[in-house]
This record gives sequence, C-alpha cells and structure tokens, in this order.
Amino acid sequence: MIGYGEGSGNRVRAIFIQKPEDADRLILDDRCLQNLAVYLPKHEVRALGKPAIVARVPVLRSIQQLVYEQQLKEGDIAVIGVSDDGQVLDFPDLKSVGDFVSKIPLTLTPDEQAALKKLEAMSREERWNFWLEEMSNCIKCYACRASCPMCYCERCTVDCNQPQWISVPAHALGSLEWHIMRAMHLAGRCVNCGDCTRACPVKIPLALLNQRIIADIVDNFGEKAEYALAAFKPDDTEDFIR
Amino acid sequence: MADKKIIRKSSLGELFKKIRSDGKRILAPVDRGGKILFEYVDSPGSIAPDYIQTTLSAKDTLLPRCEEMLRFRTEQKSVYLEESLNRPEPTLIFGVRPCDARSIAVLNAVYLINYTDDIYRQKIDTTTIVGVSCAKCDEYCFCTSVGGSPGDTAGSDMLLTQMDNDIYLAEILTDKGKAIAALAPELFAEGGDVDKNKHCADVPVRFDVKDLSKRLPGVFEDPVWIAQSLRCIGCGTCSYVCPACTCFDIQDETDGNRGVRLRCWDSCGFAQFTLHTSGHNPREVQSQRWRQRIMHKFSYQPDQLDVIGCVGCGRCSRTCPVDMNILQHITDILEVH
Amino acid sequence: MEEKSLYQPYLMRIAANIDETPDVKTFRLEFVKEDEGKSFSFKAGQFGEYSVFGEGESTFCIASSPTRSGYIECTFRKMGRVTKSLASREVGDIIGFRGPYGNIFPLDDWKGKSLLFVTGGIALPPLRCVIWNALDLRNNFKDITVVYGARTVRDLVYKHELEEWGKRGDVKLITTVDPGGETVEWKGEVGFVPTVLEKASPSSADTVALLCGPPIMIKLTLPILTKLGFSQDKIFTTLENRMKCGIGKCGRCNVGKYFVCKDGPVFTFAQVSQLPPEY
Repeated sequence: MIGYGEGSGNRVRAIFIQKPEDADRLILDDRCLQNLAVYLPKHEVRALGKPAIVARVPVLRSIQQLVYEQQLKEGDIAVIGVSDDGQVLDFPDLKSVGDFVSKIPLTLTPDEQAALKKLEAMSREERWNFWLEEMSNCIKCYACRASCPMCYCERCTVDCNQPQWISVPAHALGSLEWHIMRAMHLAGRCVNCGDCTRACPVKIPLALLNQRIIADIVDNFGEKAEYALAAFKPDDTEDFIR
Repeated sequence: MADKKIIRKSSLGELFKKIRSDGKRILAPVDRGGKILFEYVDSPGSIAPDYIQTTLSAKDTLLPRCEEMLRFRTEQKSVYLEESLNRPEPTLIFGVRPCDARSIAVLNAVYLINYTDDIYRQKIDTTTIVGVSCAKCDEYCFCTSVGGSPGDTAGSDMLLTQMDNDIYLAEILTDKGKAIAALAPELFAEGGDVDKNKHCADVPVRFDVKDLSKRLPGVFEDPVWIAQSLRCIGCGTCSYVCPACTCFDIQDETDGNRGVRLRCWDSCGFAQFTLHTSGHNPREVQSQRWRQRIMHKFSYQPDQLDVIGCVGCGRCSRTCPVDMNILQHITDILEVH
Repeated sequence: MEEKSLYQPYLMRIAANIDETPDVKTFRLEFVKEDEGKSFSFKAGQFGEYSVFGEGESTFCIASSPTRSGYIECTFRKMGRVTKSLASREVGDIIGFRGPYGNIFPLDDWKGKSLLFVTGGIALPPLRCVIWNALDLRNNFKDITVVYGARTVRDLVYKHELEEWGKRGDVKLITTVDPGGETVEWKGEVGFVPTVLEKASPSSADTVALLCGPPIMIKLTLPILTKLGFSQDKIFTTLENRMKCGIGKCGRCNVGKYFVCKDGPVFTFAQVSQLPPEY
C-alpha cells in the first residue's frame, strides 16, 4: 500500500505499507500533497507486488493518464480514492477511476488564474526577463522530472545525445531549453498536481508553464478534451500521426 | 592561535567598501523570495537578516554548477586550443556557515590531492571565506556529529560570531583573513577575549561518525537501503545542494567552429551516472545509488582521503522533495545488526 | 602558453586508420607537437581520454606497446556519441588525448615467468599492449600463450597480428570463434573461450594469467583458471567502469574505496573479489 505517513519535522512522506499491522501509520491530511503515482512505475516498488495506492484527485488523474499511455493496465494496481471533500471512494477497476475523474474538469484555481494573468499582463520583454531570472537559479537537479508521474521515460530527451537535443549544462540557455521542452512534452498530459514546483529546491514556479498550457487547452478544446494520443485510431483518415 | 578582535556590525559597511576597493567582489546571502542565495553585494544592507542556512552552498562559487574547462576552435582538419575564459576573479564570500566552510576541506581533498585540479585551485586561491557562526539551528542540523560545530573555524579565513549587542567577535584565522583585517585595521578593536560558545547554537551530537564509518562496510548487503530509498525519486537535489558533493560530468558545446568543454555538476543519484554505453549499469536501482551516497561520504572518503564527505548542514534533508532525512537514515543504519 | 591544464588534451594527428571489424577501428595517433611526443611515456595497462572537439571524450586503453615510441594506438567500437564521431575521422584529422592515466600491469615483476592471456572480442586491445610489450622484451619471459575468442571470424580484431603471432615460434596462439561463427576457411577452434582454455589446459606453474573479456566470459573462465591452479592473485584483469575525468575527481567510476581510473584499471581477481559488485 502506497500512502502517506508522518515524516520529519512537520512534514509528511510517502510510506509503503507491507504488513497489515503497519496500516496504523497511514495518515491523510492537508499536508499530503505529493503525487504518489510517481511510484507506480518504479522497479523496487513493483518488486514488492501489486500495490494499492491512496489517490486524491490529482493522483486519480495521473492514473487515468498512465492508463491512456499504456503504462498501467487493469489489474496492475488497486486504487483507494479520496474525493476533494475527504470521502473514501471505492473503485472496482481502473475504468471506473477514469469515469470518475473525467467528470471533474481540469481547471485552474482562481489563484492560479491570477498568477497567469499577472504574467500575461507583462510585456513580452518583461515576461522573457522574468523567466530568464527564474531559470538562472536552475541547477538541473531534475527534481521537477523525478517528482512528475508523467516523466516516466526510461531515457529522457535530455539524456539522449545523438544528437544532443537539449543542452545539458545548467547555464541560462540549457536551463531554458530544458524547461520549455519539458512543458511541451507535458502539454495535454500534465494533471496540475504542482509537484514540480514543490520539488524545486530553488523554488522556480514551474507549474506556471504547464498551467498556461492547460488554460490554452481549455480555451481551444474545452474542459473535457480527450487525450489526443489515446484518441488515435488505426483507421484515422489523417496519416501525419502514424 | 587566531587573532581575536571585535568589530561593530555598523562598521561592516566600511569594511565592505575597503574590500571592494581592494578589487574583490563580495558574495553574500540575499533573500530572494524565501530562498537565500549568494549574490554579489556592495554593502551589508543587502544581506538577508535572518536565516539558518543558505538554499545553495558556497560550493557554487568554488565548483560552479557549470564552468569552462577548455576552449577550442576548429578549422578544416586543424584544432586550436584557445585561452580559457574561466579566470577567477578575486572573491570574498561573506556569511558562510561554519559547516559550509568545513566542506572546503572535502573539496580540497578531492581536487588538490593526487592530481591538482588547476581550475579549482585558481578559484580557491583567489577566494577568501568570511564565516559567520550559527546562533540558530534546526532539527536538520548535525554539524557536531561530523566533527564540526556552530562556531567551528575550519575552512574560514575569518570567522565572525555575533555577540549579544551590536558586536561581532572576529577571529582572524589565516593570511587571507589577516589581509582583510589589514584593509581597515581601525575597524578591528581589542576585546576579543570572550567566550563565543554561549552565542552559538546548541547542536546536539546525534551519532558517532567513527562508529558509522566502521560499521558501514558490514551493512552493505542489508535490506535497510531498499527500505530507506523506496520513496527516493532519484533526482539530484541532495547532491546539488550538498556543499561537499563534488562529482561532475563533462560536456562539449559548440557554436559554429568554436566550442567549449564544460564541467557540470552530476549526481550518483541519477540512473545515468554509471550507465555504460553498452547498457550495463553497475548501479541499476535506486537503493544501490542511495547506498553509494552514504558509503561514499561516510566510508570511502574517510578511507581514501581522510575526510568525512558530509558536514552536517542538513540541506539534503531540508530540500529533499520526498523527505529523505539523512540524519534519521544514519541513525537507522546504526541500529542494523 | 603556461603549464598545461589538467584537462587540456594533447592534440594528436591520426596517422593510420584501420577497420578491424565492421564496427571496430584502430587509430594510430601521433603528437602534433613533437616535443610533447618526445616527453610522453606510459606503461602497459594505462588508458586515456580520447576526444572529438565538440562531441566530448571517451575512455579507452592505449592499445600499443610502450616499447614502440613516437605514437600511440587505440582500438574502439562505434557505440556512443564520441566513438561514432571518432570513427568518422580520417587520416590527418586532429583529435584530443589526455593521459596516460591509471595503474599498470607489473611486467617488471613478471620477469622469468610465463604469461597466459585469455581474452574475448573487443577486450583484446588492453592485452595487446601487454602482448607486444612482452614480445618486444621476449627474453624476459618464459612461455607466452594467448587464448582469444570472438563471436564470429568477422569479430576478431587485429587479424594481421593474430596471423603474425600464429607464425612466430615463441607464442602459443589459440584462436576460437563461437559455434556458428566460423567460416569455411577458419582454421582455429570453434567453441567458447572457457571450453577452449580447458581443453588447451596451459600450465599454471610460475605463470601469470591476464583475463579480459565480457562479464559472462569472465564468470565462466575464472573457475577454469582456478582448476588449472591459478590463485586469484595471479590472475589480472582491467575493469571498465564509466569514466569522465580519468583522474579520480568526477566520481563516476567509484567502486568501494577505489576509483577504477586512479587505483585501477588493473586489478587482480583477489582485489576484485573484495570490491562491492558495482563494476
């Protein structure tokens, strides 16, 4: 069972319960924000056997997305859902997880919208300088990538060097390239859990990039846009996607 | 013996001016929206007033996250090595915590022993460290368990300890420290014969580091590493915020026919770190990589270089996105039988 | 220019470019600056960092013998970014070389002894350096035996030299290819290295064994060598962890308290058996 337990200080942390008598260590409160879906593809976690996972809405969305992307299939995991108002949700299968979260539109909170508005109110130069300054703090620790359930690639683009798509060093250009590439790769996939921002040791507001893309998707395709790659059918008349 | 003087907090502005006129740039901790970063300052007014620890350590100056090793130009079949632009400027880092100052011994051991790394040597030779003792600590601090203390002088050229009133005790420790004091001798007054310890934080000793070093090889195969690292997500945050982590990667970058070879921070926490081109990976899973981090700092480095690769600053624990708490883990490892 | 920086490579001109197999090449490299070549020396077992400027550095042994001065040779397989780029270089092109790094095969200690080389595939280059070194000082050693195998005839490296060694009366050369890897003309053995070694059953009396090859070959060959009477401290190998700096700084090749680059790459199996299994 992957859930939350008390951590150090006033922090909470992911815990992996393997014996029924340890289940008392499980907790759930406002501090329990980490997107636990990040652990589902991990070798050592899988080695412990089929997991059950405590899943609040962002985690449920991640599970739905991982199913879309064929990283999870029925029977791989058991889901103990928790609704936004704290009710325990019983999901007999992963399809029911998808059905449930599909009914909750992925929209931005008023605070998130306000932050985006503030950015959009900037001139192009101001915005560029804002990001350059934020990115100048980036140390390329890849905590954003490691904390993200959608960054499950065994080999990330930045690790591919033939050719070297993304500059590895943590200089201004390298960091900017990295974060733009990551945001684009998450377009339509990001569930806005906020873990990238929370994980960042130098507090770069990374989620802003993804939230902007989410806002664009909502504006252009509506709140319940189907996942594009999952919507692909072999008999699609367009052949650019093949 | 260190020369002990006192200096008024209000005199620091004058001292900073003298240091600047002497041609040194000054790096000091500045508050940037909740993160404390070393930035260039001209006056002490810009310094963050209250913090336990900087977000990143001063390592970023001595061993930058990315720095030039080599500069080259290619022309048809020929290659020309050009003069590197990585020439350190004389720098004074102000406000280095004693734990961070202590980490310089680790950097020195790695970079100056056996083959002398001239890029690093030039940096350390032109850098003066003015430490500031810790009046406060938090539950993540454990300097006293790894040989340091909140008022430890190791690694500092001058160590300031704030006394009750508006006065710092200034311990002038090295020639570089003397050179700073000599810039403005009138600012350094007699009266330094005081007990600084009562002005320093009380950091309890949490474990016996010699015992840990001795026991680590014996627990290499223990399942404790897997249990501890199940929640580790394999990012490099712990290494990058660590003042004593020194591993790096080398990357070439070109622009037309000119190029640079860069040294960039790297981390044993990354799966790619040890991956062979053939696909074989000597440390395939995260538990092995987590074990390497602890073994390297507390067993291999003491064995190889006679230094402990950890100064107890607690940054890795404070910053870890998934609450990997090194102190707690070490304590647990010591309980393995 | 001032003193050469630690990471500043020698500029080397490719003097010869030999295709060993479809994906393995040998370069002969000469120093662009003659004085650097004159003051350069190394010993058998050492390695270097070879670079293509703009692509990066790659680690491999010096495959030529220290008894042949004025040049060094390296043999590499086209695998990653640097080696693929290296492979596209031509005679006359300039590449970089940093080294020599690492420890050595203690040939001086082996005077008067017999040498047994057991190797497979692309692992011959580090031993080829020792083989030529020993052959150039032939009187210093008793019997020299080389057991070398590859998957197929095509995958054997240094084919001309194998032929030369085969003709010499002072080397016992046994070549083998995996079953199915032979050609109609193949005159060597067919079978895996450990089996062929067991059949040849060379004496371990006053003999040092040098064993280099893929992990599976090493795993299966060690028991045979033990059966033949070699103790682990008489069997030498070179380890090949991923490296960047080559001088014990970058941390990558750390295994236990050793850095493969600085404390190795040459180890006896007595030493290897004490290491954590992280190589």
